[in-house]
Amino acid sequence: MLALMEDAGFVIGSYVATFGAVAAYAVYVLRRARRVTRRLPDEAKPWT
Amino acid sequence: MASHPATTTTSATATGGAPPATSAGTATRATRLLGALTLVGVAWLLLFGLVLSPADVNQGESVRILYVHVPSAWLAYLAFVVTAVASAMYLFSKRHSLGWDRLAGASAEAGVLFMAITIGVGALWGRLTWGVFWEWDARLTTTAFLLVTYVGYLAVRRLGGTQHQRAKRSSILALLAVLEIPLVHWSVKLWRSLHQEATVLRPDGDVKMDGLMLFTLFVGIVAFTLMYVWLVIHRQRTLAAEDLLEDVGLDLAIDARRAERVAEVG
Repeated sequence: MLALMEDAGFVIGSYVATFGAVAAYAVYVLRRARRVTRRLPDEAKPWT
Repeated sequence: MASHPATTTTSATATGGAPPATSAGTATRATRLLGALTLVGVAWLLLFGLVLSPADVNQGESVRILYVHVPSAWLAYLAFVVTAVASAMYLFSKRHSLGWDRLAGASAEAGVLFMAITIGVGALWGRLTWGVFWEWDARLTTTAFLLVTYVGYLAVRRLGGTQHQRAKRSSILALLAVLEIPLVHWSVKLWRSLHQEATVLRPDGDVKMDGLMLFTLFVGIVAFTLMYVWLVIHRQRTLAAEDLLEDVGLDLAIDARRAERVAEVG
């Protein structure tokens, strides 16, 4: 039982670490994008 | 020097003209759809990785860690190969388009993220399977070296100079760094290693995995690929906007210097 709980902690911890890291990077990218693109008009953005 | 739309905006605002409409962010309808698909992929991975796939006969429940460990490693490799290809396109194409350089930089950032995840999650799996978080094993050591190399690549991108100087030196470094990937992949063959050999990408084509486990791994690859594409698109667009703002700043500084010079002469 203890071994199973230890495994579960490691397994769930690995998923939390993975998606937590990706989510943190995604938030960083989006916040930086908003900050930078706010200073540009739409016609200067090639993707619009 | 060519006038950018952003320069025009600054001038219009500075002279009291109405600023044009601007929307913040790098999202479009396509990236929002891609983001939604990515979330669906992640939900499927959680469902199959944590609930539906069976425990392994030897590894037990710890095999579930491999459904994030292996896709993140493969995507890190892919990201670094994309960085190398984009760098080669910048260096060897006639136009030397900075778009290729920005793609290289965005892809390398995502690659570093996925490589760090690979090592961190692999340490958790190693603790359950080998009894230690870290061992100076051939695969682990070469992987850590690969991560450090690309952290160095990102540091080189932040050095001073023009955008083309940045692109040139980082492209050369990217073409050298990618040579480490075969070394990492074949390290388990070249040296005695604790790390297991390839289970899926085997030279003899014989896949050593149960059907549902293999499907879960496939779901992981799809989910991580969607994440990678979404992240790189947004990061590349942000880098383009940053470069444009840098150009605008330079244009304004040159204009100000010319005005000073005219005033001095006059």
